[in-house]
Amino acid sequence: MDMKVAKKKLGLKERYSHMTRGLGWDTSYQSMDDVYPYAKYEGIKIHDWDKWEDPFRLTMDAYWKYQAEKEKKLYAIIDAYNQNNGHLSVTDARYLNTVKLFLTGVSPLEYMAHRGFAHAGRSFPGAGPRIACLMQSLDELRHAQTQVHAISNYNKHYNGFHEFRHMHDRVWYLSVPKSFFDDAVTAGPFEFMVAIGFSFEYVLTNLLFVPFVSGAAYNGDMGTMTFGFSAQSDEARHMTLGLEVIKFILEQDPDNLPIVQRWIDKWTWRGYRVLALVAMMQDYMLPKRTMSWKEAWEVYFEENGGALFKDLARYGIKMPECAKTIALEKDHLSHQTWGTFYNYGAAAAFHTWVPDEDEMNWLSAKYPSSFDKYYRPRLEYWREQAAQGNRFYNKTLPMLCTTCQIPMLFTEPGDPTKTCYRETTFKGEKYHFCSDHCKKIFDDEPEKYVQSWLPVHQIYQGNCFPEGTDPTAEGFDPLAAVLQYYHLEFGRDNLDFEGSEDQKNFDAWRGMATRNT
Amino acid sequence: MAVAAVKEYDFAPLDRHENFHGNQLLFIGWEDHLMFCAPFAFPFPPDMPFRAVIEQVLPGAFGYHPDFAQIEWAKAEWFKSGHPWQPDFDKSLADNGLGHKDVIRFRTPGLTGIKGSCS
Amino acid sequence: MPNIMLVLQANEETRPIVEAVAEDNPHARVDHQPAMVKIDAEDRLAIRRESIEEKLGRPFDLQELHINLITLSGHIDETDDEFVLSWNN
Repeated sequence: MDMKVAKKKLGLKERYSHMTRGLGWDTSYQSMDDVYPYAKYEGIKIHDWDKWEDPFRLTMDAYWKYQAEKEKKLYAIIDAYNQNNGHLSVTDARYLNTVKLFLTGVSPLEYMAHRGFAHAGRSFPGAGPRIACLMQSLDELRHAQTQVHAISNYNKHYNGFHEFRHMHDRVWYLSVPKSFFDDAVTAGPFEFMVAIGFSFEYVLTNLLFVPFVSGAAYNGDMGTMTFGFSAQSDEARHMTLGLEVIKFILEQDPDNLPIVQRWIDKWTWRGYRVLALVAMMQDYMLPKRTMSWKEAWEVYFEENGGALFKDLARYGIKMPECAKTIALEKDHLSHQTWGTFYNYGAAAAFHTWVPDEDEMNWLSAKYPSSFDKYYRPRLEYWREQAAQGNRFYNKTLPMLCTTCQIPMLFTEPGDPTKTCYRETTFKGEKYHFCSDHCKKIFDDEPEKYVQSWLPVHQIYQGNCFPEGTDPTAEGFDPLAAVLQYYHLEFGRDNLDFEGSEDQKNFDAWRGMATRNT
Repeated sequence: MAVAAVKEYDFAPLDRHENFHGNQLLFIGWEDHLMFCAPFAFPFPPDMPFRAVIEQVLPGAFGYHPDFAQIEWAKAEWFKSGHPWQPDFDKSLADNGLGHKDVIRFRTPGLTGIKGSCS
Repeated sequence: MPNIMLVLQANEETRPIVEAVAEDNPHARVDHQPAMVKIDAEDRLAIRRESIEEKLGRPFDLQELHINLITLSGHIDETDDEFVLSWNN
């Protein structure tokens, strides 16, 4: 009888090498430069693509296996949550507005990330980064799909979810995340990788997912918690790819350093500006708070990001200059952002409100140097006025920053009583900015940002009304027409939470779930 | 510095004056009143008198604030692109030297927002 | 000293992993937060297959970590036996 000899299994490193590098080849009928036309024009010099190391050493076969397992787990939980009327177990219906903002503002970015990584992967001549980009591209598509699936259950019961895709391309505040990602995908493949792979995924994404998803868990939203953590399990791999990209580029040629540093400076700031939405979610929109924006910034940026930049110092990379401005803004960011949405609550596809007394006290405790002095007085005034039937709705359109597209709501670094104004002139046209950093980004590439689709200016140019609208007609109401163009239903999707249909329905349904009459 | 591109990269700005159907954009901010979260953007005809902005437009934009009714316009301090500037209320925007996408702000001495918080 | 971080979902699959990591890395701090466990350590953190198998009572492939991973920081060196996070400085 023959003895069966177990064949020695290949080790992880060998398996990875055979299943990635071993499957790549150099072209011979066509020049590599013709096949990879975007690999050189950004000025990044790569001498040896084989020096690329994927630290996770995940091969496609293992990738499918683990992703399938994550999906099965995720959908089992989402089904159970929905079958059990999970939406009635959230802390209170105000919470759902964070999910609306997430679906309209973030989920479409996941889809853009899918496209961006597919494009970057196609552009790189090296097999290692191509495989890593392929996996990330698939991950991002999965994230977009699972978020839409998980959140679609809320659309059966609550307002503001019904037109997330349509709104993403049109609504004024959604132009902030949209233009951020459009900026990244229209850059070259190396800049895209530094922008999204490194600056967003590695440096900032923890601030989006970890506190937000933990917040979902704390507020009884098992659906969001589950898709969030499922997405985040891919995120660890994305962060590793982002860090590897930086190390790889910098080790290839010393000339790459100034280009990479400029990209890191730019994209840390661009990403941070988008996170203003997360700051207000944490401090104002979660009925049950987990940690403040300021605390999250300190843990995930100052502590972990600090260790990262210290490590990258050996390549000559410095902590972005903007970190100093951000440190000055951390006591103010969420208050100024929420105040803006309270102002424009008639034009937002979610509800806004003044925090209650307990919540204001929480804010005072978390922001002892700023909240009582600068922000409590205006919130109390608004509360007083609302109680008298005079709720503040700002109806005049705001001035926007050309780069980040956010209303000019930020104050001078170090002086929270003065709006920060910056401007520049390019080819005879004036451009305005919210900060030195947004101005610098424009000044570095003005030809790109003169194309900014600024919602306020587009409205004034007459481009944001439903087709066939005649703005010269008698009694034309521009705000109503813009909301129609957004597919935002006045009186249902917008205005204060107090008195909203969401509030009434949630209270009625929860009552039915706990009583027999 | 120019945009890195594989071919010529040159596009017309989206906010050229001619796209605004005869209007020009004017941005106006009120110092020390951050209850209005940001300065405002307005499309005005260049021949509009400055006084019309003060009397017909600003009340609708800033009138919700209890300080607004107390403004003495003769004492207001004006700034254009951050530098001290004096408008002539009886002249048009164009004759006041205001062009497309100019930014002006005004300070109202003695008025510092809700409970002096610059709100 | 630069901080290394590993964050896992808090569930029955990760409980033995967290225990094994804590025993193998006495310098690590384990912080139980809502729905997740955050492990912080100075400079280096090792996740060892054998220790986890000991706790689980079954074979464990270190790549199974992907399923419950939330986030991490540091450079990764992964083999069949060990998954190490470290900063080089």
